[in-house]
Parts: sequence; structure tokens; C-alpha cells
Amino acid sequence: MTPRADESSTLLARPVAGAAGQLADPARARATRRLRALGRSALLHLILATGAGLFTLPLLWMLRTSLLPPDLILAEPPVWVPWPPRWENYVEMWSAGPFLAWLRNTLIVTVVGVVGLTVSSTLAAFGFARTRFAGRDTLFLLVLATLMIPFHVRLVPEFMLFNWLGWVNTLLPLTVPSLFGSPFYIFILRQFFLTIPRELDEAAEIDGASLWTVLWRINVPLAVPAISTVAAFAFISEWNDFVRPLLFLHTPENLTLAVGVRWFTGRYSTQFHLLMAASVVVLVPMIVVFFLCQKQFLRGIALTGLKG
Amino acid sequence: MMRPVALARRPRWRNVQGFLFVLPWLIGFLVFQLFPFVASFVISFTEWDFGGEPRFVGLANYLELGRDRMLLKSLINTVVYTLLHVPGSLIIAFALALLLNQKVAGIAVYRTLFYLPSVTTGVATAVIWIWLLQPDGLVNAGLGLLGIQGPNWLGSTTWALPALVLMSFWSVGGSMVLFLAGLQGIPDQLYEAVAIDGGGEWSKFRHVTLPMMTPTLFLTSVLGIIGSFQVFTAALVTTQGGPADATTFIVLVMYWAGWQFWKMGYASAIAWALLVVILLFTAVQFRVARAWVYYEYDRPREAER
Repeated sequence: MTPRADESSTLLARPVAGAAGQLADPARARATRRLRALGRSALLHLILATGAGLFTLPLLWMLRTSLLPPDLILAEPPVWVPWPPRWENYVEMWSAGPFLAWLRNTLIVTVVGVVGLTVSSTLAAFGFARTRFAGRDTLFLLVLATLMIPFHVRLVPEFMLFNWLGWVNTLLPLTVPSLFGSPFYIFILRQFFLTIPRELDEAAEIDGASLWTVLWRINVPLAVPAISTVAAFAFISEWNDFVRPLLFLHTPENLTLAVGVRWFTGRYSTQFHLLMAASVVVLVPMIVVFFLCQKQFLRGIALTGLKG
Repeated sequence: MMRPVALARRPRWRNVQGFLFVLPWLIGFLVFQLFPFVASFVISFTEWDFGGEPRFVGLANYLELGRDRMLLKSLINTVVYTLLHVPGSLIIAFALALLLNQKVAGIAVYRTLFYLPSVTTGVATAVIWIWLLQPDGLVNAGLGLLGIQGPNWLGSTTWALPALVLMSFWSVGGSMVLFLAGLQGIPDQLYEAVAIDGGGEWSKFRHVTLPMMTPTLFLTSVLGIIGSFQVFTAALVTTQGGPADATTFIVLVMYWAGWQFWKMGYASAIAWALLVVILLFTAVQFRVARAWVYYEYDRPREAER
């Protein structure tokens, strides 16, 4: 491929192009450059749209299935455009299974999870980043160690512990542990707190501010990008969690959405239209969160040093 | 350096407060991490069918691991899956991130579209892909256009595992986002320096992008392998380990042992074997990393000291 000037280098490429412009007339050189940029972005759009088309095809199938009457779903040749759309599937979905209960359970787990994880991880991360109590570095090593250990190792005793506490088949195994933070989020937030200049804390403390005030009034407002990234991570993982609800919840009305939708895949027949309608509903919050937050999200990941 | 008065005045109380901030995590760690971790080790030396009393059986469970043909098969499957899934998804995620790092109109929409599959619920993903991978499904129709006769993916002992790998490529969004963030963190001056030296796109990629991205590549490959060894949901909801154990994975066998047969001791032994395998692979990665990961901050920082 021929080297092309991309946006980051246009400024510096200009003198070089100018040198070439001495040979031809400058207006034509400018036109060539503009044409090239146009061709480049057209090519990019072509590649991106093709790729996005491929990636989105399964989701489009999900959407079309959610809007078809059941007898047309597996028809040959396949029906691609669900016209007229059968919106009733989305109504039927609510009454075909305990969908409302799943939604409520998922909301409880997600809200408690996001708030609990974010607050407790922020507290711990600040403690690790800004104070020097005895044993701090050892404890932080433990945070890192738990990052590496697969959670499956803990599943059996955890299950027995929750069973002994009488928590199995309640939402407690999914909510209570969230209140104590997560090593991954503590790590991200600690890295971020380390980048905030200490002088701000010290100035406030000289003025008599307590550590608590320093955390909430100075560090938390400055750490909003990192904290919201953590909250978004927590939201996505709590909303989609599959293994824990699968193991800890049993009766249909106690499930969360991620495992609940399995209700529609019976042993002998799958109610595709309802399953897909439910899956679309489950996916919508993810679309909204990522689309609205993607810029912040990316900056947050970059800022927190997660990139490596 | 001047020592601030306030800090010197009550450093002890300040540190006690710091410890109190960390305390919730510490309690959670002891109750929900350390205790189950140690207990799982102890349980792995017992026979415990959940209902009755645990019975100490020494190394019996671990000896059983070596004789368990299904487990051996699942270990091989898991390793093969990892060898295909991790490099493949890293390359795809990296390529996508490079594309999505360009400045064109509507890039936010493209990013969202490529990201969405990774946050689609596992059950829906499975059902969609079972349909796509039918003998006369869309994947084979696409291969047909290239003149390739596609296999009966999920019904074949040869192709069921690659089919799950293919499925996993659809969900590379998570690593893609990490790469994208990494790319955005590369300072523009480095590219400008290459441009001044007359380097083209390839030089920029080879001498700036690639070395600057090695820490991210390392991080994602470590996390990727740890995650890949725990592959579970995809197999549980699509193939249930079939056909003929072609897609049994370690965690799937552990799940069956623990939650279908209630053999908690044996399930714990499997979990510990998994932990050892993962730690081995991770250790090897850290060892090899010295040869290829570039940390720009390392040297100047050492010079300062």
C-alpha cells in the first residue's frame, strides 16, 4: 500500500507536500490531497461497514426472530424481514414466564452490585494509595493475587457456605459479596488515585480537613472518569452474570434475566420468538450504556493504566 | 522536601483511618476469598456428597483425576481451545481496534456495533449460533460462496470445538476496548517523529504502534488465557460437552461433578488442578514477557534513582 498522510501527521506532512507543490501548481496539489483523504475515508467506511455488518448479522437475526410469528421462524426459505412486525411477542414474553420477577431480581443485583462495588472499591483503593498503615503492601499483594486465581476454585466451599447460611436460592449470594469490593476495581482505582497529585490532599489536611473529607471532596471528584469506568464495568458484569445465578438460584421466580431466558429453551422445543424478544430487552441497556459512555469509557481505561 | 505539619501531627490516626477504609475489602477477602480458597483445598482431600458428613480420603481424589478419561479429554479440549481462541481473538481484537481508532464520521456507532456481541447474554448467543452453524446455516452459506463445502459444525466431533472457537471470536469486544484505549494512549509526537523521518504507515505501525502496544498485548493475553481455561457457558448452553465429549471443558466436568453428582470433594480437586494449570501457563507467560514486552517507563525511572 502506498503511504498516505493520516490526520495525526497532516501538520508535518504539509511542508513535504509543499516541496512537491513547487513542481506542480499548489491548487492542484491541494485538490489531490483532498481527494485522497476522501478516498481514504470512503475505503475505511467500506471496511468498517462490511465488518460491522458481519458482526451485527446474528443480532439482526435475533431482532427479526423476536418480531416474527412462531411458525415463520424456521420457514424455508428464511424470512429476513419481519413484516408486519409481530409486537405481540414482546407482550407475550411478560406473561409466558416470570419475566417481571427476573427483571426485578436483575435490577436488585445490578443496583446493589454497582453501588456496593464502586463505593467499597473506592474506599479500599484510596486507603491503599494514600495511607501507610502496617502491612499495607502485603495486603495489596493479596489484592493482586486474588486477581489471578480463577473463581471456580472457590465455588464449592462458597456454595456450601451460602447453603449453611440458608442463602441458596435467595439473592444474597449475588449481592452481599459485592458490598466488600472487588480486587480488579480496587486495582484500577488505586492506579488512578496514584496519579492525583498529593499536594492537593496535603493542602486540605493542613487546613484541618479529615481524611474522609479529602477522599470525598478532593479525590473522588477528580477520579470521576475512573470511578464511572468501574461503575460501567460493574454494571455490565453484574447484569450479564451467568455462572453464579446458575449455581445459587434454583426456583424459576428467583432467577435473574441472564439465566431466566433459559426458561424459553425447553427440553423439547424452544420458543424462539419469546427467547429472542427477551434477549433483545436484556441487550438494550448494554447498547445504551456503551453508546453513551464509550468516549468516557475509553478514556477511563486509558487513564487507569489498565492498558498494561 | 518539607514535611507538611498536619501530616506529621497525627500520622498514626491517619493510618488507622486508611486501614479502616481497606477493612471492608479485608473482611470480604477473608470470608469470600481466603476461607473458600483454603476450604476448597481441604475438601479436595475428602469424599463429600453434600448431604452427609465429609470423609477424609487422602489423595484419592487426585489419583482419580489421573484415571478420569473424561477429565483428560476435557483438559486436551481446553488446551486446544485456548491455543486457538487466545491468539485468534487477540489478532481480531487488535485489528478491529486499529480500524476503530481511525477518525471517521460515525465511529461511535461502529464501536458500539462491534462491542455489542460481547455483552449479549450467553443463552441468546448460543441459540443464535446454533442456528448459524446448522449444516445449511448462514456460516456454511457464506463458505459456499467461497466454494467451500462447510461441515456439520456442532454435530461433528472434529468441528464442534472449532465452532465454539469461531463463536468466541464474535465476542472479542472486551479485549477490543482495551486495545482501543491503549491505542488512544500513544502520544501523537511519536507518529510525527516517524513522519519527519519519512516513514509511511507501515513504519508507524511497526516502530510505534506495535512496541507501544506490547504491554496491552501482554495484559490481554494473560487475562485471555486465564479466562480461556475457564471456558464454560458457551459449551454448557450450546453443545453440553457433545458430540462424544468433543467439547467437554475442565470447568464443565467440575460443574457436573459438583452440581449434578454432588461429589464436592472431587469437584474441589478438579478446581485445584485447574488452578495449577493456569498458574503454570501464567508463569510461563511472565517469563517469556521479558523478551518481548516493552515498558517505556522502566529505564528513565531507574536512572532517576
